[in-house]
Amino acid sequence: MRQAAAHAWPARWKKFLASQSWTHATLALQLLLLDPGLGGFCIRARSGPVRDRLMAMISSDAKRLHPAISDEALFGGLDLSATLAGGHLVQEKGLLETPGTLVLAMAERATTALAARLAVALDKDRKHTLIALDEGAEADECLNPKLAERLAFHVDLSECRLQDTNKQPPSAENTRPLADIMLPENLTEQITRIANELGIDSMRAPLFTIRAARAHAALNGRGSVTAADIEVACALTLAHRATRVPEPQTDEEPPAPPPEQAENGRSGENLDLPDELLLDAVRALLPDNLLDQLTVQKARAGRGNGTGAARKGNRRGRPLPSRAGRISDGARIDIIGTLRAATPWQTIRRNATGRDGLQIRPTDIRIKRFEEKSDRLLIFTVDASGSAALPRLAEAKGAVELLLAQAYARRDHVALVAFRGTEAELLLPPTRSLVQTKRRLAELPGGGGTPLAAGMMTAFEQASQATRRGLTPTIAILTDGRANIALDGRADRKQAAVDAQQIARVLRAHGTDAIVIDTGNRPEPALRNLAQTLDATYLPLPRADAERLSKSVATALGD
Amino acid sequence: MQPFPFSAIVGQDEMKQAMILTAIDASIGGVLVFGDRGTGKSTAVRALAALLPPIKAVKGCPINSTKAKDVPDWAGLVSKRATDMPTPVVDLPLGATEDRVTGALDIEKALTKGEKAFQPGLLARANRGYLYIDEVNLLEDHIVDLLLDVAQSGENVVEREGLSIRHPARFVLVGSGNPEEGELRPQLLDRFGLSVEVTSPKEVDTRVEVIKRRDAFENDNAAFMLRWQAEDAAIRDRILKARKSLTKLKTPEKTLSDVAELCLALGSDGLRGELTLLKAARAYAAWRDDTALTRAHVRAIAPMALRHRLRRDPLDEAGSGTRVARTVEEVLG
Repeated sequence: MRQAAAHAWPARWKKFLASQSWTHATLALQLLLLDPGLGGFCIRARSGPVRDRLMAMISSDAKRLHPAISDEALFGGLDLSATLAGGHLVQEKGLLETPGTLVLAMAERATTALAARLAVALDKDRKHTLIALDEGAEADECLNPKLAERLAFHVDLSECRLQDTNKQPPSAENTRPLADIMLPENLTEQITRIANELGIDSMRAPLFTIRAARAHAALNGRGSVTAADIEVACALTLAHRATRVPEPQTDEEPPAPPPEQAENGRSGENLDLPDELLLDAVRALLPDNLLDQLTVQKARAGRGNGTGAARKGNRRGRPLPSRAGRISDGARIDIIGTLRAATPWQTIRRNATGRDGLQIRPTDIRIKRFEEKSDRLLIFTVDASGSAALPRLAEAKGAVELLLAQAYARRDHVALVAFRGTEAELLLPPTRSLVQTKRRLAELPGGGGTPLAAGMMTAFEQASQATRRGLTPTIAILTDGRANIALDGRADRKQAAVDAQQIARVLRAHGTDAIVIDTGNRPEPALRNLAQTLDATYLPLPRADAERLSKSVATALGD
Repeated sequence: MQPFPFSAIVGQDEMKQAMILTAIDASIGGVLVFGDRGTGKSTAVRALAALLPPIKAVKGCPINSTKAKDVPDWAGLVSKRATDMPTPVVDLPLGATEDRVTGALDIEKALTKGEKAFQPGLLARANRGYLYIDEVNLLEDHIVDLLLDVAQSGENVVEREGLSIRHPARFVLVGSGNPEEGELRPQLLDRFGLSVEVTSPKEVDTRVEVIKRRDAFENDNAAFMLRWQAEDAAIRDRILKARKSLTKLKTPEKTLSDVAELCLALGSDGLRGELTLLKAARAYAAWRDDTALTRAHVRAIAPMALRHRLRRDPLDEAGSGTRVARTVEEVLG
């Protein structure tokens, strides 16, 4: 494997790639139109003239979705206005019921739940095509992998300039029917091999490549799939899924830009296409920071990407005054409120409709509301080892007390885990009592080794208990040094680091928020690494006093 | 479109085996399929529906009753003739509301006729069949609670909007999901009889075969289905045969103590583990057309029956499947 970032692309090549991305985007749209079985297309670009121009090519009857779309809109449900007006049941049709093109705006904010619903719809009857508009700004804000997996194409238009978009897509006049296209014998083997080479695990990818190659041949009016089709298909469907940069056989300068037009005249029978050629086609499109991106994506795996975290309430909530609203999932009607709203109108409505009895209109419906807040638990995991000099420990204690003092208003609970010597100890079980905290903290002794892993382990246990009770835990790790005591209590620097990383991965997998505060005089790279594994904020705070410490934690937690 | 044929699924033997076992003996409980994206989880579950033998049920009965006297009054059926019908496989979509799952007041009748009638939900339809939940780990908590209760008691109780209705709801729960996206609550985990983990095939040859079959399924559907429907029918016949021979199967004391010893050594919670392991091993023996249950059957089935019942060890990265295999080696030799 070669470090993809090792060579910088020449500027000329970058410019070419940008204009190439437009060609690919338009081509992908054409292929999708031809074969909806390709699932869809993820466009990564901020909204702007380039994207607008591309969107203009999508048929106007495409339905737009947004990340906060309700199940009722997706799957259909009771049409309340029509039902109440007509006196008989009227069902509303959901957006997913009729096949067609769906455009998901701000796709990077789609929750896993929405992604799962759309994924099932895409899987079920290959009739929907989804165009996901990914406007993510950072590398870790991207389309949910569950959805990305089901879309054949992914094009990044963020570098594309407006003048690149003047190129017209090739005409689709002499398109052939898809069923007529012949596939070369060894195509499946070759594409599977290529996908393997690029480290693509999913079986959907090679299937998409074959489909795309077939559609590309049909688009160009060819009766059989040729080398040019395969090359384009590989580039379009595999590049964004690659998890590995295969070593080219001849490794020197990046390849020169190929001729802009793919040679259409290449003969169809000769398909002894070397793998290397196809790999090159894909490799040319790989971003030069592929490996960095992969680490970011891995760190976010299983999380809702660009979405905000939903908080689970541990209380049913304080009732609020009911308000006018629509009946939707989970909404409860305030019957008294609804009747009260409807009563003044009864005479007028009876006169107007000529019907007797109670007449309720959709505008009368009142929905019950509850205020629900989730309590937060801050688990301070404090290094009490010899390396954490006593004054710093004192500041940490001060910070905990300060935070707790403010916490009452914010409904925060605080717990304190200290680690020193060979093990960790839960000094303060989750509490909101300031008095208890002060007493316990006063007793916090210092000295000994740094069993970071043990500390994190205890914090993790507390965090999972808290989650089960409906709290939202956040772990704040305060330390200044490297782990030097392994989980089993041995003084083994190497094993200690491995253990700490392993627990960090477990914490991340459980989606526990964390923040790592480095109180050392010099930022410690091992801690920064740990923060990365935890997907946590890393705060180097040398010579921090209690005031600054508590302020930084509060800021990092987003208060 | 017909689903992809069950027999045409390449590899994934454990998953296929687990599904066949629940088809032989529904009392084993459901199957949980956990695995990466693009490994054919959903494909296998949907294929299972086409594979299952038909059941006898009263025509038009909302809860698929076998006998006319079991048809509930609220169904309002006039003729109560029994016919053959395919085993119900009901999809529980993620967005399903509580009303749709348990059943609720029939709004149309309430509005037009002013009648208080019951409209059965998905649980009624799934009675005597399968309830399939794709992305089961993303299911809303309140729906999970509801399912737990019904799966435990085998009865759906509706007490709402002035309705008071109870009807049988015995179904095999089949769930699939990607563990990276969320954990399943241990209580729900326990309701699944068997659990399998699937990964994408690693050999190029196998992968090529997968793609070839899928491509043939999509582009040459008629010929492909013809080729594999015969194989599916063979599996169906074997399932029916195994159901018959299951009643005659001998269970020696020695194997029973093997089962108990194994579960003790693993420290699995509760007795459900033992019972499921025993039932699944018996179904497996019947499937293999053996006359008595032996240690070999228990050994083959132990991983899928027990791996989700162990206490979670957050530091064990190898997964609980390996732990079960290791203990099986130690206990059964």
